[in-house]
Amino acid sequence: MPVCGPKLSLCGLIMSIWGIIQLSLMGVFYYIHSVALAEDLPLPEGEIKDPAEFYNDVDVAYTQNAYNCWIAACLYVVTLAISGHQFWANSRSSLSV
Amino acid sequence: MGSLFRSAEMTLCQLFLQSEAAYACVSELGELGLVQFRDLNPDVNAFQRKFVNEVRRCDEMERKLRYLEKEIKKDGIPMLDTGENPEAPQPREMIDLEATFEKLENELREVNQNAEALKRNFLELTELKQILRKTQVFFDEHEGGVNPTESMTRALISEDSIARQGALGPVQLGFPEKSIDPEEFFPCFVAGVILRERIPAFERMLWRACRGNVFLRQAEIETPLEDPSTSDQVFKSVFIIFFQGDQLKTRVKKICEGFRATLYPCPEAPADRREMAMGVMTRIEDLNTVLGQTQDHRHRVLVAAAKNIKNWFVKVRKIKAIYHTLNLFNLDVTQKCLIAECWVPVLDLETIQLALRRGTERSGSSVPPILNRMETCEEPPTYNHTNKFTSAFQALIDSYGVASYREMNPAPYTIITFPFLFAVMFGDMGHGLIMALFGGWMVLKEKQLASKKSDSEIWTIFFGGRYIIFLMGLFSVYTGLIYNDIFSKSVNIFGSKWMVNKNWTFENVRNEESWMLDPAKTYEFEQVPYPIGLDPVWQMAKNKIIFQNAYKMKISIILGVFHMLFGVSMSLWNNLYFKNKLDIICQFVPQVIFLCFLFLYMVLLMFIKWVSYAATNDPGLLKSSPYCAPSILITFINMVLFKPSKVPLGCDDEMFAGQMVIQKLLVVCALICVPWMLLAKPIIIMRNQKKLSYSLSHQQMQSAATENGDASVGATDQQPMQNATQVSAGHGGEDEMTEMFIHQGIHTIEYVLGSVSHTASYLRLWALSLAHAQLSDVLWNMVLSKGLIVEDWRGGVALYVIFTFWACLTVSILVLMEGLSAFLHTLRLHWVEFQSKFYAGLGHAFQPFSFEVILDTASAPVEE
Repeated sequence: MPVCGPKLSLCGLIMSIWGIIQLSLMGVFYYIHSVALAEDLPLPEGEIKDPAEFYNDVDVAYTQNAYNCWIAACLYVVTLAISGHQFWANSRSSLSV
Repeated sequence: MGSLFRSAEMTLCQLFLQSEAAYACVSELGELGLVQFRDLNPDVNAFQRKFVNEVRRCDEMERKLRYLEKEIKKDGIPMLDTGENPEAPQPREMIDLEATFEKLENELREVNQNAEALKRNFLELTELKQILRKTQVFFDEHEGGVNPTESMTRALISEDSIARQGALGPVQLGFPEKSIDPEEFFPCFVAGVILRERIPAFERMLWRACRGNVFLRQAEIETPLEDPSTSDQVFKSVFIIFFQGDQLKTRVKKICEGFRATLYPCPEAPADRREMAMGVMTRIEDLNTVLGQTQDHRHRVLVAAAKNIKNWFVKVRKIKAIYHTLNLFNLDVTQKCLIAECWVPVLDLETIQLALRRGTERSGSSVPPILNRMETCEEPPTYNHTNKFTSAFQALIDSYGVASYREMNPAPYTIITFPFLFAVMFGDMGHGLIMALFGGWMVLKEKQLASKKSDSEIWTIFFGGRYIIFLMGLFSVYTGLIYNDIFSKSVNIFGSKWMVNKNWTFENVRNEESWMLDPAKTYEFEQVPYPIGLDPVWQMAKNKIIFQNAYKMKISIILGVFHMLFGVSMSLWNNLYFKNKLDIICQFVPQVIFLCFLFLYMVLLMFIKWVSYAATNDPGLLKSSPYCAPSILITFINMVLFKPSKVPLGCDDEMFAGQMVIQKLLVVCALICVPWMLLAKPIIIMRNQKKLSYSLSHQQMQSAATENGDASVGATDQQPMQNATQVSAGHGGEDEMTEMFIHQGIHTIEYVLGSVSHTASYLRLWALSLAHAQLSDVLWNMVLSKGLIVEDWRGGVALYVIFTFWACLTVSILVLMEGLSAFLHTLRLHWVEFQSKFYAGLGHAFQPFSFEVILDTASAPVEE
């Protein structure tokens, strides 16, 4: 049963394919500690006291962000499934008319 | 050969067609679409032409088809569009077609008329039904008691009095205050239906015209009724008016008429009313079945017509186009053959002959048509052979101006330079990939998308430029790789050539204010460049923009100077082709010298600077260190002003030996080019003309002398006349000369000032590329980054939402808007900076007689 229209479902399809590709890649890059993404890490505020502690924080943040990217990618897989189903339902209903 | 570089060679042809074969031949030519017919009787008005009758019949058929189409659309029946292209039917088929359309139209009109009559009937009956139902309530109320009606009347009066108070003061009340006898109350009444919005005016009118002696009740009909003539949904109200006496009756009826109210008979007795209601109900039932059948019939007719309507449209439009073309022809004196004149590409003469032969065979005529070439001094139309790939680029050029006949066509070079210059401004792998995917999808699905024929204008533009978009995307991916930018992030593909300073302690790192990259520090930079493009480490550096600006500005100027030089060299090919020796010597050569000696030299300086200076802190290499590296711009300005450049202590004055001397020489040479461009051409022309006129007059003198010897009488007659012609020619020549001087002056000023401003104009390549990089950086930091710095697993969900937002902004702002702006700047660089060097664009386009074009333009307004 189509809930959203053909355009919205197509938009969702494209959006989620893009999201899956980019977010899973970003997840991989976070996982291998890419320097280019270091600016966007959730690090604790304030002066850095101890290098070892700081390194530990960064490692944790990198891993956390990698998982977050993959979580978002998984959510996009769900979106892909839903909008794909909607798209399919729409094309079927438009054919039967 | 070479059809892509210049417009096709055209020739004017005369075409003799046998009257019987003319129709078939023109039809074949229309399918071919390679012939542009000229109007041979322009002074004959449209109604006096030979085939005006046929054209009129076609118009009539088209009108009928449009009527049919409108009706089909009204019923929402899908029209079958197979995309097939039927040939133009034979003239005798026209009668069949006409008959078919006539029949269909009549049938449809009849059905429509019947349907309308039935609907009107239906409306009346529904109204009557409503009246009977509503008035029942009024009568019931009346039997219940007078009070409600009285309060109603009061309400009416008071409302009325409020309305009049301002103007008339105290209201003279009528009679309704008196108590009414129920028996006297309804001797007379009328009932009817009126449009709801007319009620208040109607009420007031009744009150005033009958001085309050009538009593009106009304009730709204809840369901909207369909107006049969306009088929709009309208809301109406039932009213009933009670009054006494005949005079009032006529008055009330007149008012009702005036307000377009429909009155219906309404029996007084409840039993009668019930009976009548029953009758009305049954009649409505009957009508409904009849209406349904009419609708079914109409639907059947329309469905049958919908199957063929597109096909018919094509056929009729083709016939009409053929007769329009035949109207352009001249009739031979013997009435046996038609004479046409047409522009034809020389290379396609063979195909046209073939088509003509096919046409003759089809018409069964034995006399072949004759096509012979004519000599003419008229400027032929410009015709560029294009295919689906080149047509979009040709359109970009043509929208600036159609090339003069046989002029160099910039379109083939634009195919590469356009996407490249665009990409220089749009350098980002991510955005380029999105664009390339979109373009690639349109290219791949080309056939399906083309057959869909959307009426959205924006989509048509995108689809028309699909190859441009695809190429722009691909080139942007390449420049993105060079700039090392993908959604404003860099990727480290080959391994950065920078390393972390091993000697630094934790304290050093913490105290460092900003992260500048200095290639002179050998312990940080390996002194080997990154294999391709920018080193990814620059993404993190604070001096990234400064570093990139120096690079991008130089690159834009280098690209610009080469682009312009290429444009100037194109003018050489133009002049060679048109055998314009004078223009080569007096325009092309000084132009090239001017551009090369000033701006190409500047480009050369850039390369010299890149090669001979390097980042170093070694005091032994001071002379080739950044400390001594001169600014190219300052050097260039000093060169033009003949000023020695100031150098810091301990540096060389010159970048290479003899720089100052060479520079002075170059500037002087370039300056000499200005008067050369300005004066050489007009002076040479003037001298040539003088020589010519001198030799002419010399000859005349001689001939006059000999003539004098022969017959002095005749000579004396001739001499004043000759003198007169000479004087007038001399005057005309003088005007022409001043005009030429002015023209040459404008041209020279435009070129000299233009080459300065155009070179500067290419800096837009740097400016837009900087803006694009910064904008995508801002978008990443302001939007997507917000989703990445959320802690815990909640970050995943936040990222999911924010990513969508970021992606939409990326597409709408960075790809669409920035893409559009980069596109427009590229277009400007091509139109103004590049084409002004060689392109006149004064031609007129070849408009062949082609069914394809005619059908496309004809179907466009209908679809709207």
